[in-house]
Amino acid sequence: MTTLCLAEHHNGVLSVATARALTAASALDGPVHLLVVGEKPIEVAANAARLVGVEKVLCSDAAALAHLMPEPTAALIANLADSYDAIVAPSTATWKSVLPRVAALLDVMYISDVTAVVAADTFERPIYAGNAIQTVRSNDRIRVLTVRTAVFAVAPEGSDAPVEMIEATIACDDRATFLGEAITRCERPDLATARIVISGGRGMQSKENFRTLIEPVADKLGAAIGASRAAVDAGYAPNDQQVGQTGKVVAPDLYIAVGISGAIQHLAGMKDSKVIVAINKDVDAPIFRIADYGLVADLVTALPELQSQLE
Amino acid sequence: MKVLVAVKRVVDPNVTIRLKPDGSGVDLAGAKMVMNPFDEIAIEEAVRLREVGEAQEVVAVSVGPGETVETLRTALAMGADRARLIRTDTLIEPLGVSKVLKALIDDEAPDLVFLGKQAIDDDMNATGQMLAALLDWPQATFASEIVVKEGAIEVAREVDGGTQTVVLKLPAVVTTDLRLNTPRYASLPNIMKAKRKPVDEITPDALNADVEPRLTVLAVKDAPRRVGGRKVGSTAELVSALRTEAGAL
Repeated sequence: MTTLCLAEHHNGVLSVATARALTAASALDGPVHLLVVGEKPIEVAANAARLVGVEKVLCSDAAALAHLMPEPTAALIANLADSYDAIVAPSTATWKSVLPRVAALLDVMYISDVTAVVAADTFERPIYAGNAIQTVRSNDRIRVLTVRTAVFAVAPEGSDAPVEMIEATIACDDRATFLGEAITRCERPDLATARIVISGGRGMQSKENFRTLIEPVADKLGAAIGASRAAVDAGYAPNDQQVGQTGKVVAPDLYIAVGISGAIQHLAGMKDSKVIVAINKDVDAPIFRIADYGLVADLVTALPELQSQLE
Repeated sequence: MKVLVAVKRVVDPNVTIRLKPDGSGVDLAGAKMVMNPFDEIAIEEAVRLREVGEAQEVVAVSVGPGETVETLRTALAMGADRARLIRTDTLIEPLGVSKVLKALIDDEAPDLVFLGKQAIDDDMNATGQMLAALLDWPQATFASEIVVKEGAIEVAREVDGGTQTVVLKLPAVVTTDLRLNTPRYASLPNIMKAKRKPVDEITPDALNADVEPRLTVLAVKDAPRRVGGRKVGSTAELVSALRTEAGAL
């Protein structure tokens, strides 16, 4: 059986999420073809060809796919599906939008956020904000799934797979048009894949405090910055920093939760972190129940202290 | 413009779920059930559109057992005009739900369909996208803002690095994200009024919808429980522990 794996990339750079999804795809036993579509696909395809586990890279530079609009992208993937037994993608905003559409076009079920591949047709995935794990077996001809990248290892480089350009002509679907985007581009590591994450909660009390108290510590640690839903709702942090059941799910080596009480929905987004640190002035905050190290302190004094300790 | 909103009855997100001892699933007996939070946001958005005159009718729809009528009454109390229950006691997957909804939509012919982006029980995040595929309509998922234009909508979507804006020609499917709006509480007078609004019932069979499940749930187990560690007395102690004990720095 052959698996089609979908590449995640931005501005010509392959995301590490792709190499992780590839590990999951390889666990299905059988050759894996990687599909690269979107912006600067040819550049990305050349890099993708180096990933170990890729038998072949398929690439399309059709203009209609430049922004990975779900309508033409799903149509393309559905057209390719006849040759595959499984379609795997990292669980990112793009593929979470596109892949269920593909599944319905193929009249098969879709399985989201797979955390373990038990067999080629059997997968584990979290439910109820990650409080339970369900094991499901697909009875469909083709398995369509997104995988939670944090739990899969990064496939190494070292290969040299052929890159095949797809001939298919994909017409622009004028019923859905890309208008623009406001993407935060910054020097910090990507939240979804960073080794260290420091997150602020409602206890931060202001956007200014994120800037003056969290950012210097993040700089020292080379960490990504996250936020609780409460902090984002209050305007202290942008929505793409939200960690939680319905935001980003992360599993870094170190997660530092500052001024975060520890609601179930936030825990769902970070409880698989290797080491969890909580800094909160409320000794009864639920987060302390799962933190490996808890510091009961006012973050206003604790964070600058932490910053100087990290010199 | 007619707006159709699909809602789901789920366990209250703040309830600690219990698993059945035989590992076959979640024990819902006696659990408090509410409307899926993302679906409340969807109903709220539709009602606001009607309040500003962009929409003339809001129809709430749900698929589930008889008790689902309670969830539809909540939608009506929030301001939906009428509701439709597709009644079934069997568990239906997003693919089945989207087939049922498609059949209903072929009949109702709305201009806009709203769904919550994911149900907080199965966390699948699939129904809206699948429905859009079956209808062959454009889709916008994770909406944080919707602006109605002439025959189209401009939608700001929450994506991984920030926000993306798209324009969809109607009819279209939109799934709602957290920051689209803050849903209203239904007032007591509106709850009373909702009891008199029409709710009609139909079965998936009557709609010729194939709701056969494609997945077999082999087991449902507890997620690995995280056990807390210890408190430290100072940032100095914390840094030291992280360096030497945890090897995290």
